[in-house]
Amino acid sequence: MSLQILVLTVLDGIAYGSLVFLVAVGLTLVFGVMRILNVAHGSFYALGAYAAASLGLVLSAWGISAWFAYPLFIVAAVAVGVSVGGLMERFILRRIYVREEYLQLLVTFAIFMILDNVQRLVWGVQPYFYTEPLSLMGNVTIVGIPYTAYQIIFLPLVALFILFGLRWFLRKTLAGSLIVAVTEDREAATAIGINARKVFFLTFIIGTTLASLGGALDSPTTSVLPGMGADMIVLSFAVAATAGLGQIGGAAIAALLIGLGRSSAVFFMPELEVVVPYLIMVIVLLFRPEGLFGKTTARKI
Amino acid sequence: MKSVSIAALGLAALLPFQAVAQDKPEEINIGITTFTSGPASVFGVPGQEAARMLAENLNEAGGIQGVPVSLSFIDEGAGAETLTTEYRRLVQDENVDVMFASISSGNCINIAPLAEDLEMLNILWDCGTQRIFEEADYRYNFRTQANATPEMLAPLLYLLKNNPDFETIAVVNQDYAWGRDSWELFSTALKQLKPDVEVVGEFFPSFGASDYSAEISRLLATQPDVILSTSWGGDLDTFVRQANQRGLFNNSQFVLPLVESSLERLGSDLPDGVIVGGRGDHYFLHPEYKDGEELQDFVAQYRERTGDYPIYPAFHMAQAFAALEAAYDKAIEANDGAWPDREQLVDAMEGLEYRGHGRPLTIREDNQAIEAQLIGTTKHVDGYDFPIIDNMMIFDGADLMPPVGENSIEWIETLDESFVEEVSADEYQHEE
Amino acid sequence: MLMRIVLPVVVLIAIVLPLVTSGWDAFLTLVWAKALPVLGIILLLQAGQVSFGHAMFFATGAYTAGFVIRAIPGGEIVIALAAAIGASVVAGLLVGVFVVRYRYIFFAMFNLAFSMVFFSLLEKFIHITGGSDGLSIPRPEVLGQAMERSEYEFVLYYLALALLVICLYGVHRFLDSPLGHTLKAIKTNETRIEYLGLSPRRVLLIAYIISAFLAGLGGALVAVFQGIATPEYAYWVRSGEFVFVAILGGTGNVFGALAGSFVFEYIRVTATAYVGDTWQLTLGLVLLVIILFAPSGLVGVINDIRGYLKKDPVASGHNKRPAGKTEKQRGEEQ
Repeated sequence: MSLQILVLTVLDGIAYGSLVFLVAVGLTLVFGVMRILNVAHGSFYALGAYAAASLGLVLSAWGISAWFAYPLFIVAAVAVGVSVGGLMERFILRRIYVREEYLQLLVTFAIFMILDNVQRLVWGVQPYFYTEPLSLMGNVTIVGIPYTAYQIIFLPLVALFILFGLRWFLRKTLAGSLIVAVTEDREAATAIGINARKVFFLTFIIGTTLASLGGALDSPTTSVLPGMGADMIVLSFAVAATAGLGQIGGAAIAALLIGLGRSSAVFFMPELEVVVPYLIMVIVLLFRPEGLFGKTTARKI
Repeated sequence: MKSVSIAALGLAALLPFQAVAQDKPEEINIGITTFTSGPASVFGVPGQEAARMLAENLNEAGGIQGVPVSLSFIDEGAGAETLTTEYRRLVQDENVDVMFASISSGNCINIAPLAEDLEMLNILWDCGTQRIFEEADYRYNFRTQANATPEMLAPLLYLLKNNPDFETIAVVNQDYAWGRDSWELFSTALKQLKPDVEVVGEFFPSFGASDYSAEISRLLATQPDVILSTSWGGDLDTFVRQANQRGLFNNSQFVLPLVESSLERLGSDLPDGVIVGGRGDHYFLHPEYKDGEELQDFVAQYRERTGDYPIYPAFHMAQAFAALEAAYDKAIEANDGAWPDREQLVDAMEGLEYRGHGRPLTIREDNQAIEAQLIGTTKHVDGYDFPIIDNMMIFDGADLMPPVGENSIEWIETLDESFVEEVSADEYQHEE
Repeated sequence: MLMRIVLPVVVLIAIVLPLVTSGWDAFLTLVWAKALPVLGIILLLQAGQVSFGHAMFFATGAYTAGFVIRAIPGGEIVIALAAAIGASVVAGLLVGVFVVRYRYIFFAMFNLAFSMVFFSLLEKFIHITGGSDGLSIPRPEVLGQAMERSEYEFVLYYLALALLVICLYGVHRFLDSPLGHTLKAIKTNETRIEYLGLSPRRVLLIAYIISAFLAGLGGALVAVFQGIATPEYAYWVRSGEFVFVAILGGTGNVFGALAGSFVFEYIRVTATAYVGDTWQLTLGLVLLVIILFAPSGLVGVINDIRGYLKKDPVASGHNKRPAGKTEKQRGEEQ
């Protein structure tokens, strides 16, 4: 029995952690490059979920197989991330790169409020639900307990794919190298002729696309409804801060930590479940203010 | 509007100070607080739609006693301070005649004393907490539907009457006041009515949680005989779907007292055999009224407007409107046919009898309505792509409430196992 | 200039207003009360630090006032406010000791983390705090006098106004003191302060405690006025709002707290009343426009209008990223 409980705790932690990572990774990437904490990140998660659920329902209505939903999720996520994220970067963020951090934070907060409202105007308030992709994959039984293959196999695999894909992209491709260069030393990068503007634009679009991909992938497992972005953003902050802002590999470990913390709470101390992510964040920051994997910033003199 | 009140002021100045028959106003202004943003808008918007529809119908028929009604809405999602500021504005500057507030129990608790001080007729049109009238005496506040006590006792009695052989129970409720309070009522009553039941899991995932995997794994591992959830809206939908996907319904009897508001959305994801309720006897196929024109028209018209079947907030709104109409009728009759002032209208609310689209309701002397409770079991039938309610039991609300002035929890603690037999219910089957 | 002329004029109007009109009192009482936490945020912004967790002190003040009023038969507003101040100062000290070690984004995040834990606890301990329904606070006595709502609110209006004016003046003086100048130096060059033999952490801690006290007092006033304290008082959105209002009003001057608070509440109430379904959108757009086109906030606008071409402390910010500046210059050259 206790071994079973242990296995279940780990599995649930992985399933939840994967999902949180998918959303948080974009936030931390954007911060690493642009030094902007994007509060509207949660809105992109919600928009991605809404877009995916709407497309999925169109599929059902036309009687098309739900297998097409998987590529559609990517299409929906890219469409939302590139269009909304691109417009946001081009017309709003670009004006504030030279401002202080907290002002940038506030601008994204304003956009969060606007997008939240726009969402309601477009999709209304009734929860949306499109579960076919989840049902398609069926269940797997582990230690006698049925799990959905989607949550226990597919999502963690996608998370791993994103993690290693992103690392490969940043290390092995030209665009990725430019991003890294700008992250490491913006001044030097600009001096050798790298167009920081383009790099920022690209980074931001990747970040928002990842957020809406998280939302799209989450949509088969949960109700898509107003206010879903607000909780996710705080959770993503917790993951990013625990790992160290800008740490992509670290975010994966922090997400796993928070996922495991939450599932352990459900199994052993249900009352703590809600507080766990923030408790982990506070405890980590107390001992390592820059996060588990963060680098200390050099002080200017 | 302003000109009317100025005219009224001028009129008042001309008249000697004594009770005079008031003239009919040009319109009756109703202020309504409801959620149009945030997760609770799944209730708020249907309530708002119903209000607009009811007002249109009323005005087409000539209004209340010949006076048309107009509506103003406040979004409860805008935060407590904005809500009270707006509430004051409607009462003090816009001179509304009656307020309907609100959906959230927290907002009801917040507004009731304010309405009392402003001497404003305030109808608590949807919130459920039983504490309001048990912890304070009000003159101007009335609730036109039941409260959490009968809403929790009815599903429990249904369970004990129909599936009494269970030994273990677990609860998965939203981690906020309603989730906590409703479990306190349910579990206290369960301890009295079936003391040998063991509670094997108490989960309170955060309000708006997007994932219940860990809770469901734990429930699959412990296999409780009964699983209760008083959750609602998107949270309930998510929980039911994730649980169904993983076969949790196969070996546990589910009790979902608020799922009437999610039936249509859940469709085939909610299996047969689940015990369901809808906070009263709100049901578009109410066995006693479904063949009547009133309910049929209400359902048809609501579907035409929204594309959905009406759910309990829409029925609650209908009850608030019905109560207001009945109160005006009663007050005018008591006033020898002349238009009543607010105090007379408030007097009329006491002991009022009226009917929405369920059984008739009565407002008791503590300003709390007595409402019947309809509980049943889900069943998929031809003609609907979502489960309907079968094996219905309708309980009389009066049997499930503490006497006026008593605290619900303390009253429940005086009950014993014989209570299950004492309380009777009318039984109905679904008919095609 | 602002302090010498505009503030007295505004205060004078505020004093006279309830005597000549009605309908503004309740709204303005909330404006006065909510300007206090914003003032605290402005104080911390002088050191270049921004807290996204000050709602926790707002809630500390609110709940403390609530508990005290419920504990004393009849309740006494003076004791309640004093207790709220005490509790928020202690809370400010406890949290402050940890957070003043950090700067910028870490400072903001750490405050957020603390406030979210606090928010969760308020919701959890339902039998003490009333959970998400909140803690009902009966109307307290004022100096032993039981009052009707109308007179009570009348008193509260002036009480909140008086406290706000005292705090505005106090913070204004503090910023002009040697300590205040040291605080501002944290923003420009922290290392230099250390070479002067001063402790930037200690200076920041003092400012932090003052800001916690201001937030706690504001929270207590809102709670006794509303008759309720809810966990939402500690939620991150509210913390964000305080910072928002500070930027809206303008961070260069304590007066920004009052201007921002008034305009923010006005927009919110008006938007809720007239564009019910799009109040968030309206508010977001207004704030966006302010940040993009009037970076020094309303006070800056007032100053501009008055022909003061004051160098804008925000737009010309001592940017920590020279590259960003070259970026901007390049943009201008293109």
